[in-house]
Amino acid sequence: MGFLHRHAWLTPYLLLAPGLAWLAVFFLVPLGFLAYQSLESGSFDVGYAFDWAWGNYWDGIDRYREQLLRSLVYAALATGIALAISYPLAYWIAFRGGRWKSLLLILIIAPFFVTYLIRTLAWQTILADQGFIVGLLRDVGILGDGGRLLATSTAVVAGITYNFLPFMALPLYVSLEQIDQRLIEAAEDLYASKVQAFLRVTLPLSLPGVVAGTLLTFIPAAGDFINAELLGTPKQSMIGNVIQSKFLELADYPAAASLSFTLMAVILVLIAIYARAIGTEKLTG
Amino acid sequence: MRFIRRHVLTVYAVLAFAYLLVPIGIVILFSFNDPAGRFNYTWQGFTFDHWRNWDGVPGLRDAMVLSIEIALLASLLATILGTLIALALVRYGFRGRGATNLLIFLPMSTPEIVLGASLLALFINLKVFLGFTTILIAHIMFCISYVVVTVKARLIGFDRSLEEAAMDLGANEWTTFRKVTLPLIAPAILAGALLSFALSVDDFVITYFNSGSEITFPLFVWGAARVGAPPQVNVMGTLIFLFALTLMVVNVLVTMRREARAQA
Repeated sequence: MGFLHRHAWLTPYLLLAPGLAWLAVFFLVPLGFLAYQSLESGSFDVGYAFDWAWGNYWDGIDRYREQLLRSLVYAALATGIALAISYPLAYWIAFRGGRWKSLLLILIIAPFFVTYLIRTLAWQTILADQGFIVGLLRDVGILGDGGRLLATSTAVVAGITYNFLPFMALPLYVSLEQIDQRLIEAAEDLYASKVQAFLRVTLPLSLPGVVAGTLLTFIPAAGDFINAELLGTPKQSMIGNVIQSKFLELADYPAAASLSFTLMAVILVLIAIYARAIGTEKLTG
Repeated sequence: MRFIRRHVLTVYAVLAFAYLLVPIGIVILFSFNDPAGRFNYTWQGFTFDHWRNWDGVPGLRDAMVLSIEIALLASLLATILGTLIALALVRYGFRGRGATNLLIFLPMSTPEIVLGASLLALFINLKVFLGFTTILIAHIMFCISYVVVTVKARLIGFDRSLEEAAMDLGANEWTTFRKVTLPLIAPAILAGALLSFALSVDDFVITYFNSGSEITFPLFVWGAARVGAPPQVNVMGTLIFLFALTLMVVNVLVTMRREARAQA
């Protein structure tokens, strides 16, 4: 203790050191290795060598433009649907949940208690050709006689939406729950209609939750490959499927590594545009 | 009009809950299914067989045991490392706070596939043998940030006058930390540990990249899904679900009672 007393300024660094070292060695350094690998050329048989092969990036974007775009479209659709489902639900729990709020909140995160892969398999069952939903849609005529849901884009988007929905609902709930009810009452006292009060008070105040939920849903959704693999076909394959198979099946490390960085870059650019569009002033109210 | 709107919202909420819960119901229901062939997709008939014979699928139990071992170790270590970081961030002023926050935030906002791929790039280049250790390293890495966020939230809302009171009464820093601070933030530390455990047990993507020939429970499900997952997988899924649900419900009920008592 004597040493620490004389060097009290050291305490925070000593507390930080082990954890930050772990993150540096097993998160930052690996990203460096991935970057290094993304600029290698060669083949698995001859071996890969580093030679600033920027071409890997252009090749990847050129050859897998379709999968890259599809990932973004699927992720955006899933994020939008998740928002549409979660917002009213979170609103209902926050403003009408009363003393049962916390227990109702558990129901929202309940899907997370089922192993990710198992709940995706449950969607296989739900959307299966012999299943109830396909039967119903065929009877009503929305689906043709041979029409199916499994192995379509709909199935993949449905799976992604379901799997990441709690990431959307939780931050929405937190921001809605913090709203001071008196502000809404004040708006109504000042002759705002219910709709006006919602649009001009509740919605802006819940925007931080919308932003957090959107990011928390979009980022994992864009990198996902499990839903496309289990609920789709190669026609629905996303950039995650390409990265996964290049890395683990084909051992084409430079291609996989450069595609990983392309994915990250695209996500970061989209986040920047999104943050710009929402506006930081609006966020702070 | 207000009456109608109130009910529209309630109906919507009920439907949304149904959407969230039906797939869970299906997982549980199909653990009692008696499938005719390899595929456990359509309902054939009710049976307790798979519950009685939960260990009847080769490899399933080993996978489950491995997952639990890794989750216990990963959550223990990640909780220690994460709690120390949270303490430093909330309690001390130091240079490099912005960079520290960024380093905590980044792993949470990086797609899992990139985390998995980059770790594999490290291990391949350093010729590290993939297996138990590499899975554990990866799990600790992605759990730390979540522990920091959880514990930090609790420390920020912490009444420091309690610590000052202890010091005034003659306790030194270490005693104060042990007798006052630690018990007060213990629920947050526990929450961080439980969250880490859950994240670790459920992780597929990062583990898939760094597991070598080891098979955790999610990897087992992945392998089984290709040839038709046996109902025993649903039995395990149901057990994990019930376990997590019980923990959460108990936690909420205890908090609710404590709050009710505090108000009385």
